[in-house]
Amino acid sequence: MNYKRPKADVVIIGLGWSGSTMAEELTRAGLNVVAIERGAWRETSTSFPTTRDPDELSGSVRKEILQAPVTETYTVRNKVGQTALPLRKYHNLTLGNNVGGAGTHWAGASWRWLPFDHQPHTHVMQRYGAGQLVDGLILQDWGVTYDDLEPFYDRFEKIAGTSGTAGVINGQRQPGGNPFEGSRSGPFPTPALERSRANVLFTQAATRLGYNPFPVPSAMIGAPYTNALGLNLAPCTYCGYCQLYGCGNWSKSSPNICILPVLMQRTNFTLVTECEVLRINTTPDKKMATGVTFIDSDGNTGEQPADIVITATFTLDNTRLMLLSGISTPYDVASGQGVVGRAFTFQTLSWAFMFFENEYMNPFMNTGALATQIDDFNGDNFDHTGLGFIGGAGIQSLSNQGLPIGMAGLLPKGSPQWGKGWKQAFQRGYQNYAQIQGQGTSFAHREQFLDLDPTYKDRYGRPLLRITFDYNENDRRSGRFIRDRCVEIAREMGATEVGGDSFADRPYSGYTPWDSSHVQGGVTMGEDPRTSVQNRYQQNWDIPNLFVIGASSFPNNAGYNPTVVVGATTLWTAKAIIDQYIRNPGPLVRL
Amino acid sequence: MKRRDVMKGGLVLLATTTLASIYKPAYSRTYVGGTGMWKAAPPPPLSVVDPTRLVYLTPQEARLVGAVFDILIPADELGMGATEAGCVTFLDHQLAGPYGSAAKDYRLGPVVEGLPQQGPQGIMTPAEMYRTGLAELEHAAHAEFNKSFLDLSEEQKITFLKGVEGGTISFDTLKSDQFFVLMLQNVREGYLADPMYGGNRDMVGWKLVGFPGAIYDYRDWIVSKRGKKIDVHPVSLLGRA
Ligand SMILES: Cc1cc2nc3c(=O)[nH]c(=O)nc-3n(C[C@H](O)[C@H](O)[C@H](O)COP(=O)(O)OP(=O)(O)OC[C@H]3O[C@@H](n4cnc5c(N)ncnc54)[C@H](O)[C@@H]3O)c2cc1C
Ligand code: SF4
Repeated sequence: MNYKRPKADVVIIGLGWSGSTMAEELTRAGLNVVAIERGAWRETSTSFPTTRDPDELSGSVRKEILQAPVTETYTVRNKVGQTALPLRKYHNLTLGNNVGGAGTHWAGASWRWLPFDHQPHTHVMQRYGAGQLVDGLILQDWGVTYDDLEPFYDRFEKIAGTSGTAGVINGQRQPGGNPFEGSRSGPFPTPALERSRANVLFTQAATRLGYNPFPVPSAMIGAPYTNALGLNLAPCTYCGYCQLYGCGNWSKSSPNICILPVLMQRTNFTLVTECEVLRINTTPDKKMATGVTFIDSDGNTGEQPADIVITATFTLDNTRLMLLSGISTPYDVASGQGVVGRAFTFQTLSWAFMFFENEYMNPFMNTGALATQIDDFNGDNFDHTGLGFIGGAGIQSLSNQGLPIGMAGLLPKGSPQWGKGWKQAFQRGYQNYAQIQGQGTSFAHREQFLDLDPTYKDRYGRPLLRITFDYNENDRRSGRFIRDRCVEIAREMGATEVGGDSFADRPYSGYTPWDSSHVQGGVTMGEDPRTSVQNRYQQNWDIPNLFVIGASSFPNNAGYNPTVVVGATTLWTAKAIIDQYIRNPGPLVRL
Repeated sequence: MKRRDVMKGGLVLLATTTLASIYKPAYSRTYVGGTGMWKAAPPPPLSVVDPTRLVYLTPQEARLVGAVFDILIPADELGMGATEAGCVTFLDHQLAGPYGSAAKDYRLGPVVEGLPQQGPQGIMTPAEMYRTGLAELEHAAHAEFNKSFLDLSEEQKITFLKGVEGGTISFDTLKSDQFFVLMLQNVREGYLADPMYGGNRDMVGWKLVGFPGAIYDYRDWIVSKRGKKIDVHPVSLLGRA
């Protein structure tokens, strides 16, 4: 049976951080909003009760909270000419599959990006010129600057209750914070958490080396806090079941605790769950979006007409929905023309893995983002002259894992992986292991893109999204440079055994252990319709009532995690819709 | 209407007046704001695995995989071995459930061998891999020693398993090294997962490394025990239920 729902002012596809942030703004402004989410309803006190501790097997091992490949997966190849093959098993992209999206199980590092990250083209051209770019690199400004976004960063942090130590407030350096950060209009809502043993050793070593360590801002609430929507959040208990788990303690900012309890009280909000949107509908001339078509759990299709369509399904599905709906021009790698699927980026990770003697790291006392970082080699915070690359990484001592199955293979070099020798090595390694992550920038490249797979289909017979990605020369150079910095600090920390790794030295794989889940771009915002899908308000250049929000809008990835930027750009777009678009529907940027 | 029919129909024939409110699909839900606080489905109740009977493995398979597991995690002064710790019971129940049937994997074709970085492309389930792999393992032991794996000396077992791990002892119907990786992963899971899943008896795996288990609040220790040994009896989910 097929059916049609009553028309709404706005339909939002996906109810993670970006969808729920947008829904809260638009319903508060009086609009009638319907959200359609593929996953099931989750409510913190029932779904993640504190009377019931999580366990590692069902959580980070069997990954029960994640979007399963059987529901939807992606095909991957490193370059044109190879055959892309599906990610058949749980992979590194660890997407969300419930109301709250990945925001329910994320790790919670809560970054504002650097002013550089929003205007990389302008900065690089001014400081170095085009000769600094490796062949094929795509570099473009976002059309929105850090200063434009500052009030929205501030607002999002106050929704999330972000904990941290400010580094720069109104242009003034603050002790203990990140001296390189863009100027803030105020301190973090809640104070930074206590540090782990590894974090302390890192801080001492980095200080001796002349760097500027600071606590990574996080979603782990630092003190009791009432957020901008009047919801009460509680301090984090360092329980160590954080990334890949829901937090039942109201301590990890998520849509589920920071937004949904308020949103669900609004009579002008309707949520439809366990329905997958199949496509965005448009008028025949593709000048306006008319709504969406979805399929419910019984295989019936429904139509949700709306005056405004907002897509908030994260990078990969945002791009896939655009391609499946035939909206805007798909990127063509041969000619370099077209925009949907273009400027796809990942994250360039480098590591130092280390072991100490006779330590008690007590790794089980952790949070998803218990980390201390230096930004001395991030963005354009250092002189790249002669280095042959742009960008860098946030280099951090990361204490986010202590669960034993996940650590059973982390052993000092040469240790047996089984037998009596394994037991001895694991016993020693568990308390003596520490790691430094270089979470690196990733810039787009002509040969990295997303399109529809010609062969593999989803459960409804529709093409999967195909990822064509490998690290480019800029990634390889920056990755090695950062790896060497990680190793230097690890040695200075007094580790007896240090190993370094730069993932960009090997072909990209969706299964590399310890890799990132941060894919970005594909439906980028920008200043020029020839190189972006949407304008600076994340409004489609061709269809003024279509907004695709989230990390798909970012034409480059920073040496940070993306979510606070997703939140800030969502709030920025919401304001443009409420203050400008509703009053005068049409393009918000005229060329 | 079946999903396939929907696809064939091209999703175009929409009945225009039917409202979702009079049509109730099995799982899909509509929540209208302001009408109350909605409780989600609670997580499934805790249940303990019954170690007294096998649910997937045959008795012969259970003995064989137990013998392999006891080489991978042997009994010694650091604690009991894998079988005594319940790892075979653990595995048996895992194979009988959604993990064993690869219920979450993408299993549509075409099945093509790819580059190593493209990850596993085979669509054999873990349950099928054990059924086939254990038979192959026993077959290979006979070919090598003219004996069952069960009757080999400890040293012979170790040498033989090194061959399986390295792929020098190969199987016909699946890759021996991949089967080894699966067994190693599962035996570690059994030894280190919460005891309610059938393994980690007396929390032996957690005691090995000093993992305190399901402790929920470390605020008192994050500073006071920083860099110091924490002596605490671990807690399992069952202990707290
Ligand atoms: C394990 C992990 C750790 C992370 N750690 C960090 C971190 O430390 N810091 C940080 O900043 N970021 C982190 N991230 C990234 C962060 O989770 C995302 O940036 C953020 O959640 C994105 O929010 P979103 O709303 O744009 O997308 P999502 O949260 O992915 O929400 C999209 C929603 O859309 C739904 N959906 C998808 N397709 C459809 C469809 N066709 N129809 C209907 N619904 C659909 C999905 O079910 C999902 O609920 C992490 C991510 C993961 C996976
Ligand atoms: S570590 Fe803190 S924020 Fe994370 S799940 Fe535990 S209590 Fe919640």
